[in-house]
Amino acid sequence: MNRRAIFPNTVLPYLLVAPQIAITVVFFFWPAAQAIRQSMLREDPFGLRTRFVGVDNFGRVLGDPAYLNSLQVTAVFSIAVAVSALVVALLLAVMADRVVRGQGLYRTLLLSPYAIAPAIAGMLWLFLFNPSMGTLAVLLRQAGFDWNPLLNGGQAMTLVVAAAAWKQISYNFLFFLAGLQAIPKSLIEAAAIDGAGPAHRFRTIIFPLISPVSFFLLVVNTVYAFFDTFGIIHAVTSGGPGKSTEILVYKVYNDGFVNQQMGVSAAQSVILMVLVIALTFIQFRYVERRVHYA
Amino acid sequence: MIENRPLGTLLAHFVLIVGIVLVAFPVYYTFIASTYPTQAILSPPLPLVPGGEFLANYGGALFGGSGRIGGIDMVRVLLNTTVVALAIAIGKIVISLLSAYAIVFFRFPLRLVFFWMIFVTLMLPVEVRIVPTYQVIVDLGLLDSYAGLTVPLMASATATFLFRQFFLTIPDELVEAARIDGAGPLRFLRDILLPLSRTNIAALFVITFIYGWTQYLWPLLVTNDNSMNTIIIALRKMISFADADTEWNLVMATTILAIIPPVVIVLLMQRWFVKGLIESEK
Repeated sequence: MNRRAIFPNTVLPYLLVAPQIAITVVFFFWPAAQAIRQSMLREDPFGLRTRFVGVDNFGRVLGDPAYLNSLQVTAVFSIAVAVSALVVALLLAVMADRVVRGQGLYRTLLLSPYAIAPAIAGMLWLFLFNPSMGTLAVLLRQAGFDWNPLLNGGQAMTLVVAAAAWKQISYNFLFFLAGLQAIPKSLIEAAAIDGAGPAHRFRTIIFPLISPVSFFLLVVNTVYAFFDTFGIIHAVTSGGPGKSTEILVYKVYNDGFVNQQMGVSAAQSVILMVLVIALTFIQFRYVERRVHYA
Repeated sequence: MIENRPLGTLLAHFVLIVGIVLVAFPVYYTFIASTYPTQAILSPPLPLVPGGEFLANYGGALFGGSGRIGGIDMVRVLLNTTVVALAIAIGKIVISLLSAYAIVFFRFPLRLVFFWMIFVTLMLPVEVRIVPTYQVIVDLGLLDSYAGLTVPLMASATATFLFRQFFLTIPDELVEAARIDGAGPLRFLRDILLPLSRTNIAALFVITFIYGWTQYLWPLLVTNDNSMNTIIIALRKMISFADADTEWNLVMATTILAIIPPVVIVLLMQRWFVKGLIESEK
């Protein structure tokens, strides 16, 4: 971060950083500080008086079965989204790395869903699978399968996982393909000369070499499933049926805006902040390592 | 290609085509649905070829307005979304470029403090500070305004880092030469740094435009007035499975209208899009 040649100036650099810093302070630091403050306050039922309750809100949140349910739902949802989006994308990337003709076209077509909003992705899947008008839902029922995600929590979860993973395939595909194409061809040729077939080469050479990319993508996909999927849940299930798809971010929104429980919602925000900080640290530690490998 | 295995290659093409069908089918199905009247959409299964209501549905969505969102038509909503996405993209690029420029090319007290303040925003996504950020917008009187929809989303640690990384690769000699020729800091920024940053700006533009277009939680919170909706929020309001009067033909056409602009941007600017995605993760 050090250059020899710089501009001597006393006022200009402050003016240059001012817009970014102003937005950061007003819309990031101030609200974050407020969230921490509110997490330690409680309002009486009429909203007339607030009093300081220390870490009591955190105790209430962590002791609440609904919150523990939401934690469990989030864990299941994130793991299912990350694993399915990674596996499908890796399969497609390995195949795209193999073909010569049409690779550009395949890549273009597979990249497009990145531009579709998570909420829209949820709606597209809902149009196909909602029990009253979805063509695939009707076909499932005609096949004798009792499909109703509006009543069955497991089926609702399957639907939101499918929509969330569907949207994330593009991103993972792009990074896997870049990772695969960065592997030196000489390594693979040497293994082939020694008699290793495609499956054997994938297991012993290719997969270990792309494992840093896979780990990075695992972190990114987890962050995505935690925070960027609010739109899918809100548009498709609203957390239902019976809280079976109520992920943490949706619960913060619901407790804060719909149920108006500020202290409890703020305590949940603070817990989420700790989670993001942990995930960001993991991500950055990894990025440092990747630089050494490269 | 190491071995010549025609069957393997054939299998690869087959898997890719299945993958693309899987990826494209939900969009295709919605497009098909957008060319049928509501009664046909409500009596599945739908045929796999387009129907005859294309013009009526898209015309109705674009100019007719939907009753559920106060009769606002999609031309207005698309205009809102375009303004929001462009403002977020341009705002993010401008303020990130300026702050990266200050941090790399100047020495001043608090420089590292500012750098870390920008860095920490990575750990504070909107989703974890929903209620207090909303209160700030209420206090500032920015509900139902373009400023409220865009300004809070303009701070960007990733864009600042990207510009910083790039500026650090600019040789000192170039800065010295410019100074010897009498260029001040603003002149250097405008005539040398900006032209050199063109590809980075294009890459960031694609990523941030999509980011702005696909926002959901934030516009949901800060807009009450239907005439300020972005298209995704308008679409969410148009859908109700419980009520019989949902205009499904308009819903389907609106969904396609919400998808087309960002997808077209990605397809037209694919080279910069790929660069932006990969570089902004470094």
